[in-house]
Amino acid sequence: MSRVLSWDRSVFVLLVVTVAVGAVVDPDFAGGSNLGFVLQDIGEIMLIALPMTFLIMTGEIDLSVASTAALAGCVLGWAWQASGSMAVAVLAAVGTGVVCGAVNGFLVTRLGLGSLAVTIGTLGLYRGLCYALLGDTTVADFPAGWTNLGFSSIPGTPLPYVTPLLVVLAIVFGVVLHLTRTGRWVFAVGQSVEAARFAGIPVARLKFRLFVVTGAVAGLAGVVYDLRFASARPDGALGFELAVIASVLFGGVSIFGGVGTMWGVVSAVLFLGSVRSLLQLQGVPGNALTIITGGLLLASVVIPVVAQRWSAFRERRGRALAAAAP
Amino acid sequence: MVDAEPLVRVRGAAKAFGGVQALRDASLELFAGEVHALLGENGAGKSTLLKVLAGVHRTDAGEVTIGGGPFEQGSTRRSREQGVAVIYQEPSLFPDLSLAENVFIGRQPVTGRGAVDWARMRQEAAALFGQLGVDLDPDRPARGLSIADQQIVEIAKALSTDARVIVMDEPTAALSASESERLLDVARRLRDGGAAVVFVSHRLDEVFALCDRLTVMRDGATVRTSTVEGTDAGEVVRWMVGRELTDLFPKTETTTGDVVLRVRGLTTDGVFDDVSFDVRAGEIVAFAGLVGSGRSEVVRAVFGIDRYDSGSVEVLGAPLPPADPRAALARGVALVPEDRRQQGLFMPASIARNTAVVVLSRLARRGVVRERAERELAAHWAQRLQLRHGGLDQPVERLSGGNQQKVVLAKWLATDPRLLVVDEPTRGIDVGTKAEVHRLLSEQAGRGLAVLMVSSELPEVLGMADRVLVMREGRLMATLDRDEATQERVMLAATGQASVAGEGSAA
Repeated sequence: MSRVLSWDRSVFVLLVVTVAVGAVVDPDFAGGSNLGFVLQDIGEIMLIALPMTFLIMTGEIDLSVASTAALAGCVLGWAWQASGSMAVAVLAAVGTGVVCGAVNGFLVTRLGLGSLAVTIGTLGLYRGLCYALLGDTTVADFPAGWTNLGFSSIPGTPLPYVTPLLVVLAIVFGVVLHLTRTGRWVFAVGQSVEAARFAGIPVARLKFRLFVVTGAVAGLAGVVYDLRFASARPDGALGFELAVIASVLFGGVSIFGGVGTMWGVVSAVLFLGSVRSLLQLQGVPGNALTIITGGLLLASVVIPVVAQRWSAFRERRGRALAAAAP
Repeated sequence: MVDAEPLVRVRGAAKAFGGVQALRDASLELFAGEVHALLGENGAGKSTLLKVLAGVHRTDAGEVTIGGGPFEQGSTRRSREQGVAVIYQEPSLFPDLSLAENVFIGRQPVTGRGAVDWARMRQEAAALFGQLGVDLDPDRPARGLSIADQQIVEIAKALSTDARVIVMDEPTAALSASESERLLDVARRLRDGGAAVVFVSHRLDEVFALCDRLTVMRDGATVRTSTVEGTDAGEVVRWMVGRELTDLFPKTETTTGDVVLRVRGLTTDGVFDDVSFDVRAGEIVAFAGLVGSGRSEVVRAVFGIDRYDSGSVEVLGAPLPPADPRAALARGVALVPEDRRQQGLFMPASIARNTAVVVLSRLARRGVVRERAERELAAHWAQRLQLRHGGLDQPVERLSGGNQQKVVLAKWLATDPRLLVVDEPTRGIDVGTKAEVHRLLSEQAGRGLAVLMVSSELPEVLGMADRVLVMREGRLMATLDRDEATQERVMLAATGQASVAGEGSAA
């Protein structure tokens, strides 16, 4: 990567180009209603990508987020039926996310297990709990006032109700990452856990809290998902972890930690949403869209390596030429 | 013992890594049927020389011959084929393979039909172990084997390849007394079998018990080769340390104040044992000793990076909770760690970020870290420490070693500590910067800072310290005041030769 065009800027440029091309190719693409559709389509992914950025920055990962969201969604349905209060149900759902995150965080930071292994395990576990809770049934009798929040637009705009939530949370997470002590600590831990310990940074406590916040936001995403589809299902949000992680990595966060920007990640999520919408408008079948996610994931891992090899090769060749010169 | 023609001859070998001249003029002659000790302080060039023989490094200049012909350098495989085997301090065996398989790894004997000949392999391994006089079962897996036994397996492997030159790099450093004794026996058997054995050790008593001849290196050059008979330990130590003390160390006289750090009976099983000392305000106390003697481990435990098993640490009269670096920081303790690239710095981050990372709360207003305050702090320290840099946004990975060390010092001095612990503060930095670091430490002590320094460089220890604590194998062997600390006394205490004046407890 050239120094002038950093990764996160490149992603932003790519987003702008995609939108511009899309607008030319398909007049529907740039329409306001499609913007609303895109925001709704990627809402949960954007939400979860925010705390996931922090986790990956510290060198950890949480693969269980989609299962956590689904479990929170099931708890929402179950608690609504049990209590008759949506406020209680939402609290129970987000609380479920907190507990899921705390379990991950405990296993990783207290027992010292690898987060990849732990969260693959809880990915299965939390999904299994969904079926234990709801069986094969679906809860679809949420009050219309709430489900309207899920799929209608803010009056007078094409924007879904989830928009302000996305904007506020993206700003909060961006500010914390780039302007506060916690954010500096996240960068530091990702760059060197050992140096962070020597600098008195409470590494384990920080990581534990990041897992909890990730669980909480995943729980919130589960609520958003249920309201959008007006139902709670044990197979909700299936496979979302892949899209979330692909976006974070494509947004320029290093899988090894310590490098990344929040606006790079936000750009990447919007890019992913735009490409999906563009392809959908072109009539590409929905399940082919997973290919895009997978492709982005691969690209974000492969491109930096290729770029590095290329520059190393050029440097070597430069030296060899210099040595050969008289 | 001595044939006319040496088996291995190294003459005038030189090797530089970047700007560091690891070998300048190293010479070594090894004869078949001798055990030859290679001695020198840390950084004298022993390891580099051994790695040339092992095929890891290639010399820049000089001549290396084996069996009268040129020695082909730069390939570990070719080294083995030419009959050189290196036994490292901590061998790496395949834990799930049997000892016999480990001995014959990559060269398993095969039957006529091309299958591995297990019976023969087992037999030959057993024969090799017998030859070495050790009782090891060739069928057991390597997992769980003691380090001593792992070394024996490596030696058996060397024998099975018909090695003529067997290099042992500090083999006894991690062994118990009885294990060391057995290893010395094995070395004697190898010698009697006609091999040339190179023995690197910091334990002079072993050298005198085992070796026939010795070569002393200092600053990358061979100082002296002599027979062990007719040489005494004091002479060897003088050859090892023999450089002149320079006046690079401007120690300012200070009046010492109250006790800032009080350590009593600090013990971590198997690492260090019953370590007690005090550091007073305005005083520089240095930990001397060989690498691996437990000095760094003690200061890590004091700061709270590692747990300790028993003992107590007090700062300014109040106990410091164990294993809590944040508590240590809050109480005015700062630790400049041994490995600045891994432990001291965030390499991709800027000078400003690195300088500010420990004092972020002080720089924040309503939770937001003020970037201007961060830069002002970094600029202040950059100027005080005469940091040479290309802007405070420059990543520290692009600074020279000396300037990196200044950033680490800045980061810790910015916490305004009462006690500054520095672990190898000048390792791998140029002479000019070294003097600056020394001046800085001395100046800070003059202002009432208590300084605890770990250093493997004797001139630095002797030049800077008000008191020298000498450690060996996890124990405090001697506490020497400035006027009684000499190179010989420190080295003798560090290598375990004879007892020295000064008692092994706190001053």
